[in-house]
Amino acid sequence: MADFFATPAGIAVVVIAQCIAVLAFVMISLLFLVYGDRKIWAAVQMRRGPNVVGPFGIMQSLADALKYVVKEIVIPAGADKPVFLLAPMTSFVLAMIAWAVIPFADGWVLADINVAILYIFAVSSLEVYGVIMGGWASNSKYPFLGSLRSAAQMISYEVSIGLIIIGVIISAGSMNFSDIVRAQDGHFGFFSWFWLPHLPMVFLFFISALAETNRPPFDLPEAESELVAGYQVEYSSTPFLLFMAGEYIAIFLMCALMSLLFFGGWLSPIPGLPDGALWMVAKMAFFFFMFAMVKAITPRYRYDQLMRLGWKVFLPMSLIWVVLVAFLAKFEAFGGAYARWAVGG
Amino acid sequence: MATIAFYAFALGVILGGLFTVLSRNPVHSVLWLILAFLSSAGFFVLLGAEFVAMLMVIVYVGAVAVLFLFVVMMLDVDFAELRAEMGKGIPLALLIGVIILMELGMGIGVWQFSDRAQILRSAPVPDIADVPNTVAIGQLLYDRYLILFQLAGLILLVAMIGAILLTLRHRPGIKRQDVLAQMYRDPAKAMELKDVKPGQGL
Repeated sequence: MADFFATPAGIAVVVIAQCIAVLAFVMISLLFLVYGDRKIWAAVQMRRGPNVVGPFGIMQSLADALKYVVKEIVIPAGADKPVFLLAPMTSFVLAMIAWAVIPFADGWVLADINVAILYIFAVSSLEVYGVIMGGWASNSKYPFLGSLRSAAQMISYEVSIGLIIIGVIISAGSMNFSDIVRAQDGHFGFFSWFWLPHLPMVFLFFISALAETNRPPFDLPEAESELVAGYQVEYSSTPFLLFMAGEYIAIFLMCALMSLLFFGGWLSPIPGLPDGALWMVAKMAFFFFMFAMVKAITPRYRYDQLMRLGWKVFLPMSLIWVVLVAFLAKFEAFGGAYARWAVGG
Repeated sequence: MATIAFYAFALGVILGGLFTVLSRNPVHSVLWLILAFLSSAGFFVLLGAEFVAMLMVIVYVGAVAVLFLFVVMMLDVDFAELRAEMGKGIPLALLIGVIILMELGMGIGVWQFSDRAQILRSAPVPDIADVPNTVAIGQLLYDRYLILFQLAGLILLVAMIGAILLTLRHRPGIKRQDVLAQMYRDPAKAMELKDVKPGQGL
């Protein structure tokens, strides 16, 4: 059996099995994330939330997914059919392929490439296409306005996310996620992770992640009070499901990035406890809880405020931080807290 | 395996390029162009230049093509009319195409046929085995070609400022938002509470 896995066919089988494992993990957590999001939102508003399907309504997402799949696909008469159907697929596929470079534990990663962060960047810069194509192909005013808003917003906040990540890359000396996590390993557990030296950027990254994934309070592309539902207006059934799944997967990816870049990925917060994938999943779940809480407790931003925040506040702050970190790392300030590449390799 | 991938990417580039020119809808053209960009990024991955491949996707697909798409979607140009007039431009287009082809031939030919070809090919590249290509590009840009790199950046900056200056209009008589003034506004000065008696009004 071991011989078989060394042959080309065997390697292909192993790679496909690993891909399916990651896919299955993301899809199953997706079901519970949507459920959790609704439950948390409901709890904040003192409602019960979904509670009919299964115990505590835990099967609600499954029922919703089934409902979407068996519904009829409605395509508007004036729509550009190929692009209209291509858009949700792009959105979903791009959200999924980003997971190829996310390590869940030491060595548990599909593609351990050196340019992992650039890969995530490339994929997230492509994600805007799903939205633009969907908005344009619907051939209707609201979706088009929504998609323009969304494109401008995603591009703006990508810039600041990029600069924030550059700070971490300088500290870790690598663009490989596994190396970045290893660089955060230290004697103090929780306190040797990058969140402490990069504290201001943790908040900036979290807020930028909200804007990048079109989450409330920055869900202007969907703003139901002004744009009905933005680029999703004309979508129904499975295409809509793909859009929504893509959105939630992108949010979950941002949670994974938070925990990898600033909160030590699979490392255990308490020195002495074993590291492992469980920590990684727990951290991702925690950040998703934060995302859900933000959705429940903040009112929506106005569009010009959003642009001002992105370009006039976050961009200069993160730019200054990159310069600052470069100097702190060069002169190994604070006991080399900013220059950890010796640890990571 | 690499051969199959090469031909798949090659097919992508050629089909993308072909349909960029052929498709009737300009938005479809841009989408085909994106396919061509992505496939050529695949070539870089096959060459082992993953850094360049990622930059290709981020810069061309993530930024340039988004701008194209915006412009094409927003501009109300009658493309059928443009297409009808296109026949007049064909000789000029062919000329430009031939010139670019010749220049490319000469540029690549220097690496192949000139007397210094051997030196040129072996000079700047460290071994891929001991230096990953991200590090190698960084060392070249920030050590050997630092001045040139910074100059290129400066030229881009000047171009950007120029573009902003050309389109900047200061229209008088427009209410502008002063965020600091808004934040420091005192509720006591901005509001006046009146006690309205029932049936009297103000």
